Amino acid sequence: MIKITEKHIDVQKVIDTASSLAAGAVDVFIGTVRNTAHGKNVVWLEYEAYETMAVAEIRKIIDEASHRWPLLGWAVSHRIGTLRPGEVSVAIAVSTPHRKDSFEACQFIIDSVKEKVPIWKKEVFEDGEEWVSARPEMAMKA
Amino acid sequence: MNKYKIKAFGVTKDLLGGRDTMIEIRGTTVGELRQELSERFPELLDLKSLFIAVNNDYADDDLVLKPTDEIALIPPVSGG
Repeated sequence: MIKITEKHIDVQKVIDTASSLAAGAVDVFIGTVRNTAHGKNVVWLEYEAYETMAVAEIRKIIDEASHRWPLLGWAVSHRIGTLRPGEVSVAIAVSTPHRKDSFEACQFIIDSVKEKVPIWKKEVFEDGEEWVSARPEMAMKA
Repeated sequence: MNKYKIKAFGVTKDLLGGRDTMIEIRGTTVGELRQELSERFPELLDLKSLFIAVNNDYADDDLVLKPTDEIALIPPVSGG
C-alpha cells in the first residue's frame, strides 16, 4: 500500500497492511511534526507532494528494498496538507521473517523517502515561513 | 521557439508565481530549459539543488523534450 493523503494517518491500518503470518517481525517508523525548528516555535507545517511522481518513487524504493531484504509485507503512508505539532506525517511498516531485516529495511525506506520522493514541507512560524532545506543555510532568513 | 508547460512545486511554485507556467525556449533539451528558467527566474540559482522531472521521472540535462511531456521542477525535497 502506498498512500499520499490529506487525512489523518491510521497507523494501525499501516501495520495491519504490512503484517504477514509468515513474519516474525514487523518494524514501524512513525514520523511526527516537531514543535520547534531553528530555535523558533513551529505553528504548523504545510506539506505538498507531486503525487503521481511521489507514488512512482516510493514504488522504486520498495522494489529496491524487496531485492535487498526478504519483505513479506510493507506499507507507506505520507500525509500532505496542514499538520500541527504532534501529528503523524509519515508511517512506514515492513514485515520480515526475522527482526534484523525489518529494522534495516524500514530505515532504508524512510531514509530513501526523505532523499528522493518529491514531497516538500514549509515551516510556518509566528513571524514568517520557510520551505525546509530549499536554500543553503547561509542564504536563509534569520 | 518551443513551448512547454512546467509544473512548479515547493519553493519553485513561489518563485515562478504559481503551479503551472508556460515557457517558450529556443532549445529542446532539459538543460536548455534549465538555462532559460535560470535567466528568467534567477532566484532558482540560490536553491541547494534543482532537478527537472519529465513524465514522473528525474531527467538528465541531455534529455530531449516533447511538447506533450509532463515537466516538473523539483527543488530539494523535504518529506518525512
